[in-house]
Amino acid sequence: MNIGRFFSRNWLTGYAVVYMLVLYLPVVLLPLFAFNASTIIAFPLTGFTFEWFGVLFETNALHSAVQNSLVIAVITSILSTLLGTLGARAMVRYRFPLKRGIVSLIMVPLILPEIIVGVSLLVLLMQIGISLSIWTVIAGHVLICVPFSVAILSSAFQGLDPSLEEASMDLGETRFGTFRRVIMPLILPGIISSLLITFTISLDEFIIAFFLTGTDVTLPVYIWGQMRFPTKLPSVMALGTILLVLSVFLLVLGEVFRRRSASRQGQDASATGGLM
Amino acid sequence: MILSRESRQGLTLISPPFLYAILMLAAPMVMVVTFSFWTQNYLDLDRTPTFANYREAWTGEIFRVLMLRSLMISFFVTTVTVLLAFPIAYFLSFHVKRQKALWLFLITIPFWTSYLLRIFLWKVILGYNGVLNSALMGLGLIDEPLDFILYNVPAVIITLAHAWAPFAILPIFVALERIDRSLLEAAEDLGDGPVRRFLRVTLPLAMPGVLASTLIVFIPTVGDFVTPRLVGGPDGVMIANLIQVYFSKANNAPLATALAVSSMLIVASISLVIFLIGRKIGGRTQ
Repeated sequence: MNIGRFFSRNWLTGYAVVYMLVLYLPVVLLPLFAFNASTIIAFPLTGFTFEWFGVLFETNALHSAVQNSLVIAVITSILSTLLGTLGARAMVRYRFPLKRGIVSLIMVPLILPEIIVGVSLLVLLMQIGISLSIWTVIAGHVLICVPFSVAILSSAFQGLDPSLEEASMDLGETRFGTFRRVIMPLILPGIISSLLITFTISLDEFIIAFFLTGTDVTLPVYIWGQMRFPTKLPSVMALGTILLVLSVFLLVLGEVFRRRSASRQGQDASATGGLM
Repeated sequence: MILSRESRQGLTLISPPFLYAILMLAAPMVMVVTFSFWTQNYLDLDRTPTFANYREAWTGEIFRVLMLRSLMISFFVTTVTVLLAFPIAYFLSFHVKRQKALWLFLITIPFWTSYLLRIFLWKVILGYNGVLNSALMGLGLIDEPLDFILYNVPAVIITLAHAWAPFAILPIFVALERIDRSLLEAAEDLGDGPVRRFLRVTLPLAMPGVLASTLIVFIPTVGDFVTPRLVGGPDGVMIANLIQVYFSKANNAPLATALAVSSMLIVASISLVIFLIGRKIGGRTQ
């Protein structure tokens, strides 16, 4: 086929539609099987039921896993957003020696295979003699969440007009006062967006949690354990559906805040956003 | 060394995340490397430095087979993902006018659903009574369900290619967005047809994005261990599965770390080669 024709508008639109359908294929199946009456996860569908959601309410092990995951995700999102704010601010606003190297080290967990992060933290903890707990999972999650936070917040800081700070300082505000009264309100949407995204990442992270979790398992580790038992699968689907709805809700919220941040600073909200 | 005020402030600000990365990433890495030179007999850790683990890893057939397979799978995944992503990124950058953010958002949404369940659902799609077989039988294309589409290397490739799609689209999209549109008009004015214009202007300028996508997909996929476990079957086992087994069941952490360090070195050198080749191609044409 001729490249020119392939890259014409109609062909590409058709391609994009097919691509999106494949992208959404697994996601669409999740609720389908969560409400399917059969215990076997396969076609044909047999009927509609709420049974699997009911099972979730009666499983105590699940409740403690949810609780552990929520605690981990909340603490992770706060810590990584704090560290991310500092990193992003330094990256955008200041020039200093070794900047590239320092920034690269902070950002590298973004592309490191998670198994490497998990294994290396586990080896260190074993050597120091720290036993595994939700705190060890948090330590690993913060490490992989900080780069996301830095990426989101550096776009928030980039849109900040330096003359606003100068004006505030000239008018007699202290450095801290300027941060609290001028910078903070302007980057607040970015901070909220970072909190939401890092929360979502932590909630769903499996590999690091798998290596670093102690007896208090996280939700994905619990799900992994359930996958070995075919009879548990429908309720896992129901659980996945709830998680899906929750994640989409949080992400839409994060996106709304990000756009508000961009428009507050007069930027084009259609940019790639926090992800790049 | 005397630092300027700006440098001092910048360094002070960045020190907490930097120290965290040193403590939680650099220090563990150093530990892993050290560990890989130790040996373990059941519960006793022998701290005399030795190359025994590396010897065992590199002379043993299993490491070689699994490493090569992991690299091959990752190469396939990367090629498929980047090739399929490019037209989407191109479409978003050149043909979508107002709703770019919405499209990008829609592309990323599926990837925020549970990672484990997404992989598991591919098992449902490719399985014996799965979506694909049901659909093909419904269409009358086959009479019996196909049983060769799950629990093998292609199943791993399909699942991973799906999992990494947005990571390939975004960098290419960003590179395409940065292209100065007047360059394209200039090429056209100077008599280039759409194909020549694409090959001589758009593609070379998009190369940094393509390169970034390639590395972003290639590096982490080599180390995946959930996908091969769930959809790979016995022939789809990858290097990370081996590392995990030595860590947990076989209780030989030093050998596991030697495997991890070896694979990291291999992946790092291949990535460097990809990077250099990519830069050369990009550099020559610009």
